[in-house]
Formats: sequence, structure tokens, C-alpha cells
Amino acid sequence: MPARLKLFMPLILFIILAVFLVRGLSLDPKELPSALIDKPFPEFSLSALGSSEVLDKAAVSGEVALFNVWATWCISCRAEHPYLTELAKRGVAIYGINYKDEDAAALAWLDELGDPYLASIADHDGTLGLDLGVYGAPETYLVDANGLVRYRHVGVVNERVWSNVLQPIYEQLKNGKAN
Amino acid sequence: MIPEIGHFALIISLALALVLAVVPAWGAWRRNVPAMALAPGLAVGMLVLVAISFTCLSVAFLQDDFSVAVVANNSNSLLPPIYKFSAVWGNHEGSLLLWALILCLWTAAVAVLSPQLPLLVLSRVLSVMGVIAVGFLSFALLTSNPFARLLPSIPVDGNDLNPLLQDPGLIIHPPLLYMGYVGFSVAFAFAIAALLGGRLDASWARWSRPWTNVAWAFLSLGIMLGSWWAYYELGWGGWWFWDPVENASFMPWLAGTALVHSLAATEKRGLFKSWTVLLAIFAFSLSLLGTFMVRSGVLTSVHAFATDPARGMFILVFLAIVVGGSLTLYALRAPAVSSRVSFAWLSRESLILLNNVVFLVSTLTVLFGTLFPLMMDALGQGKYSVGPPYFNAVFVPLMALLAPFMGIGPLSRWKRDSGQRWKAELLIPGVAAIVCALTLPLFGQGYNLWVALAVLLAGWVVFGMAKDFWFRIGGKAGGLRRLTPSYWGMVLAHMGFAACVVGVVATSQYSIEHDLKMAPGETETLAGYEFRFVEVAAVRGPNFVADEARFEVFEDGKKIAALAPQKRRYLASGSMMTEAAIDPGLFRDLYIAMGEPIGEQGAWAIRLHYKPMVRWMWLGAILMGFGGFTTAFDKRYRRHRSGAPAKAAGVQYAS
Repeated sequence: MPARLKLFMPLILFIILAVFLVRGLSLDPKELPSALIDKPFPEFSLSALGSSEVLDKAAVSGEVALFNVWATWCISCRAEHPYLTELAKRGVAIYGINYKDEDAAALAWLDELGDPYLASIADHDGTLGLDLGVYGAPETYLVDANGLVRYRHVGVVNERVWSNVLQPIYEQLKNGKAN
Repeated sequence: MIPEIGHFALIISLALALVLAVVPAWGAWRRNVPAMALAPGLAVGMLVLVAISFTCLSVAFLQDDFSVAVVANNSNSLLPPIYKFSAVWGNHEGSLLLWALILCLWTAAVAVLSPQLPLLVLSRVLSVMGVIAVGFLSFALLTSNPFARLLPSIPVDGNDLNPLLQDPGLIIHPPLLYMGYVGFSVAFAFAIAALLGGRLDASWARWSRPWTNVAWAFLSLGIMLGSWWAYYELGWGGWWFWDPVENASFMPWLAGTALVHSLAATEKRGLFKSWTVLLAIFAFSLSLLGTFMVRSGVLTSVHAFATDPARGMFILVFLAIVVGGSLTLYALRAPAVSSRVSFAWLSRESLILLNNVVFLVSTLTVLFGTLFPLMMDALGQGKYSVGPPYFNAVFVPLMALLAPFMGIGPLSRWKRDSGQRWKAELLIPGVAAIVCALTLPLFGQGYNLWVALAVLLAGWVVFGMAKDFWFRIGGKAGGLRRLTPSYWGMVLAHMGFAACVVGVVATSQYSIEHDLKMAPGETETLAGYEFRFVEVAAVRGPNFVADEARFEVFEDGKKIAALAPQKRRYLASGSMMTEAAIDPGLFRDLYIAMGEPIGEQGAWAIRLHYKPMVRWMWLGAILMGFGGFTTAFDKRYRRHRSGAPAKAAGVQYAS
């Protein structure tokens, strides 16, 4: 009965759509893969936050580390900050990239909330951010001991992100070096 | 204690919903009248319990009970009481409870306001609504309990309501929108009941029509409020973004518009029966899909609630049961043979069919654009985003295609009409529309072809309708009484559409905006208006502090408005918000928003907008909404009241 079969069309279309939706649940639309994955961290030469000391890539390379892009104008960064401080206490190496910010405000913030960073790169004009392909603050890049970008996380790093996403890669990179 | 009462009431309401979903449906199947007769009582009971639950949550918000997690996360002791109340639905859990409340409201309304409905049909309809209620109440209870406590460590104060949501527009936007979204569940339930009963006839269409029109009206108003809110609250004068969540509310509206029209053909002429049923299923499925998209995190959007894959899975399973189940039922039960009623090519039926095709294609293009990023990602084709260029490119021509036929629609005849008659009837409206299109745009900033086209199409719709109106009242004011509410509703809604078209095109074409650096004392001219920046003052609101830029606006040297946009900092969250200042008018809005302070001399980045006829769009939507409400007052929806007791009517209908 072909006329009856025609009436099954909407159901079939819906099933196809549902398959996509199921698949969609396990995807994260906010996940933006970086073009830099497995490529070297960009070269830079910028002053350290609040001092005249100049930092370059060599100064922050050599071990597995997180590069956290933050700014005082970024509300989510404030939410993220306590967790970064805790990670730093656990011995995770974190470098700060203070993105398009004012030194005074940034220093006051670190004074007030604590400083989890081994060093803070003052990226006033966002040039390093541009090279990294920063989408917005906060973002965190996981860089290995050879200075290769291994992962990029857009958004706040919290307990869930760390233990589900970043920590496995971090541990793997750490152990890979040990072997 | 109060939150526990609310929680308990919600659990009992779920139990009632389960009974409602099962017992009357079983009764309808076995022709068991006592079982069927339970349905209205259960529907009302469910409403009472969910209302109690909702009241308890509202009390928790109003009393700053920060031991309740949603209150602590979304309210603050400094928040003005009205926003404490609207904060109830400013979060996932509370808005879901509102969803459930409105669903129960519609269910109880059907139960109470349908004495003319045979019990057999009523019990099936209410049972279907019961199934939907089971889904949403268990969704609330199992994955998103609004009454979860934060014990033992109770926060001293709450995290505050997102400042964007602290706004009068947002107090009523969600309830109206949900009234529309959820209202389509009634049309859906009637469609399923008709499929179950195997009788798709004119009476089915007549019963579901007023409900569908009212739901559509609510949805129109809800979408309009959302657009208006975005316009004045987001600070850059945009009013539609084709954001996934906006699309989520717009797709049911588009499908609903098609449904409203095809129901007319089904009621009056017994045509397009299977098609109308499919549209009813489609409109509500899109409402559910919208809920899924907003609350599951599959798409990025400015509106998305805090998302959780477990919730997404729950709605998806529910979506699969409801939509998959109803489409299976449709495939098995819908009449496969086309109806014997015939109609000529030139007839109102053809025009309605055309309307349906245009609105369905529009719905599908919006659906496709919205889900495209998800599909490409799922297929491993990379990340895409689909923005306004796509939507405008496909949507605008579709709407433009609609208008020429819309002018003919109201004065066309059922069954068979003649091109000769159309020509004779539409000559004067056509000429009038052309004259307007040639002259009216001259009043704007220069003659603009797009605006002329919009005026031509809108004029065609309006004058065609005016001609028909004049004909129907017989050229005398006394003839007004002859017009039915259905007709009035149609006139209002079509006028609203015309106003929308003109508003959208005029404001897109003629808007002027300047981004400037201005210091107090300076004056800027825009579109013939002088904006004088008088001073910046610090002001304090109930829960924010703000810098307020005070402007005076002059036209021809005469002061016409004082505007004071603000840059606010909300104390609880520290978030910065731009509060635009608007001098509204029927023909133009003047709009000022503050950016950031620049330099040390007190200068600010200032954005000045001149927005002509932007209000026509919203006025148009309001007209459409009122049109939808008006149709429900038609007498024929209250006639056909059977004198016999409900029991006899039910049995009669069944036999």
C-alpha cells in the first residue's frame, strides 16, 4: 500500500534527526580545537607583569605547564581563580597570560586573590593572544616539556574540567617524560 | 518546611499525572464511562498541586531562603521583590516548574471549558496531556529538583539573578512564551485523540481551532517581548539575532501559523485532514525540540541554561517517545486516501495550501540552519556556525513570496473562484498599494527600493483586506455587527503582519548609528537631531551602582527629550551592564548606549542610534496576538453544546 508508506516519511525523518541529536549530546559545541595543537607554542617577547623583566618562550618552557589566559575584566576568570590557586598548591605549573589588561588592576587582583602563577606574561596588546588564537578569556593551554601545545580549553577550568579533561593529558605528558 | 511542602506537592502531582495518562485512556478504549469521567477532576487536581508547588518555590525566593540551592544561585537579598519573584523562572529548575504549571493550566482549561466536547474525546485529549505532564514532572523531579537544599552549609547571601534578567520585559516574557509553546500541546492532544478515535472530521478541527489560535497568539506576544527586550537591554539596538534559542521559539510559531491556516480549511471544507494533523504534531514537536536545545547544551547560545548531559538525555528520550510515538500513530492511522472534496486551482483552498507550503519551508530552513552546526560536527566535518546572512537570505524572499497571495486570501472564495473576479476586486487595492509604494518612502531618508517594495507588499495586503472589509459590512457602519470575531481576528493578524513587514524593512534600511567618543558639554548631530552630552553622574540603584550619562536631545532647536543611559555595576556579582536610554516614537526611536570611559578627561564611548519605525514590528506582533485572541470569541466554538448529559454524548459519539 504505497499511499500508507508515504505517511511513514515524517517518522523516518524524525528518526534521522534523533540520531543526530543523540550524537550531539556527546559533543561539546563550545569545544574549539586550536590550530596550534601539536605545534610549538608561539614565540614571544613580552614584559612580566608589573616589572621590567622581559619574558620569552625559553623562560617559560621546559616542563609540562598550563598557560592560563586571564584578565581583570573577565568575570569568569574570577570564578576560575580559586581553583587555579588550588592546582598551583598541588604542584601544577601554571603560567599566566594577562590578556589586554592594565598592570595595576592585574597586580591588585593577584594581591587580593592570591597568585597561582609561576610567572605572568603581560600581553597588553593581545599580540601573544592573537598568535595563540585566543577566542576570549579565560582559556587554558596545556603545553608539554618540548614546548608543544597539546590541548586548549575554552572557558573556566574547574574540578570537573581538570579531572575529566586536563588531568589525564597532563599525567600522560608528565609520565611520558619520566619514561 | 515550605520547600518540602512544594516538593511533596510536586510528587503527588506526578502521581495524578500518571493516573490521568493511564486511566481515562483505558476508559476510552474499553468504553468505561466512570474511568473516562475521572479525567477532568484529575486535570484540575494536577493544576492545584503544581500551583501549590510553584507558590512554595516563589515563597522561598521572596523570603530569601538561601538554603534552597536555586534561590542561593539565582537570587540575592538586595534584589527588588518583583525580581525575586521573576527569578523563580530565571533558572533551569524554576522555569521547568513554570513549564509544568502552564501545562497543567492548559490541561485544566481544556477540562473546564469544554462542556460541549463528547466525554470520549475529552478523556483521550486529557490523557495525552497527562502523558506530557508525566514527562515534564518526572523530568523536574528526577533531574532538576527545584527544591534541593544546600545543607548544612547555608550561604549567607545569594549569587544574584543575572543582571540581564533584572528587567520588566523578562518578568512576563517567559510566561507568555511558555503559554504559547505549551499551548500547542492542546492542538497536539486533540490531533492524537482524533487519530486514536479514527475520526478526523470538521468537528475535530472546530474543537482544536480556538485553542490553537490562543496558543499561537501567546507565542506571538512572547516572541515579540523577547525581541523588544533584546533591543533595549543588550545595548546595541539589535532586535533579532537568529540565535538557536530564538529559532527554537520561532519554529513552533512558523509551524503554528501554517496550522492555524490549515485548520481553517479542515473545519470549513473538510480538506487537508492528514496534513493538519501532521502540522499539529509538528508544531508541538518543535516546542519540545526547542526545550531540548535550550536545556541540553547541544548548541551554543546566549540563552542556554546551565546544561547537563543527563538532562539532555532525559528530554531526548521523552522527545523520542512523544514525537516518535505520535508519528508512528500518524503513519498507521491517518487517512491515506485523499479526501473526495475537490477544489479548483483558483480558490481559497489553493491559497491556504500555498501559505502552508511557504510556512513549512520557512520552518524547515530555520530548522536546518539551526541544526547544521550540530550535524556537521556529528559527521566529523568540523565546526560551523550559521548566522544571520544565511537566515536572512532564505527567510526574507520566502516572506516576500507570501505577501502577494496574502492580499488575495481574505477576499477569495472557497471551492472555486475566478481570476476575472480577483482582477476586478483587486484593481483599486493594487493601484493604492503602488501609489503608497511610490510616495511613502519619500518621507524617509531618501527613496529606498527595499522600503518601497515592503510598502507595496504591505499596502497590497492592507488595501485588499480593506476592500473585502468594506464589501462585508455593505459600506455601512451598521454592517460592522455582521462581522464575526473570527473575521476581526483575521483582519487584525494580517494587519499586524503588514505592519511587521514595513517595520522590519524600514528599520533595517534607514537606521543610522554612530559610535563616538564624547565628553560632557559636547554635541553631536544625527539624522537631524542634536544630542547634547550634559554630564556624567554617579547614581545608586537598589542593588547596583551606575555611571549615568545625561543627554538632552534637540530637534530644530527645541528640546524634545532628556535621556540618561547608564553603565551599571551589580553589587552581588560585580557584573557590568549597559542600560540603554530610548526616546520612543511611532515613527522613530532615538537610542543612546554607553560604552567604556575613554582617557582621563571624562570622555566616554557613546553609541547613538536613530531607528525609524522599529516599533511597527512589535506593534505588528501585538496586533497578531490580539487577532489570535479575538478569534477564540467566535460564537460557533460555543455552539453545538449537546443537551444530553455527558455520558450519553460520549456513548453517542463512540457508536
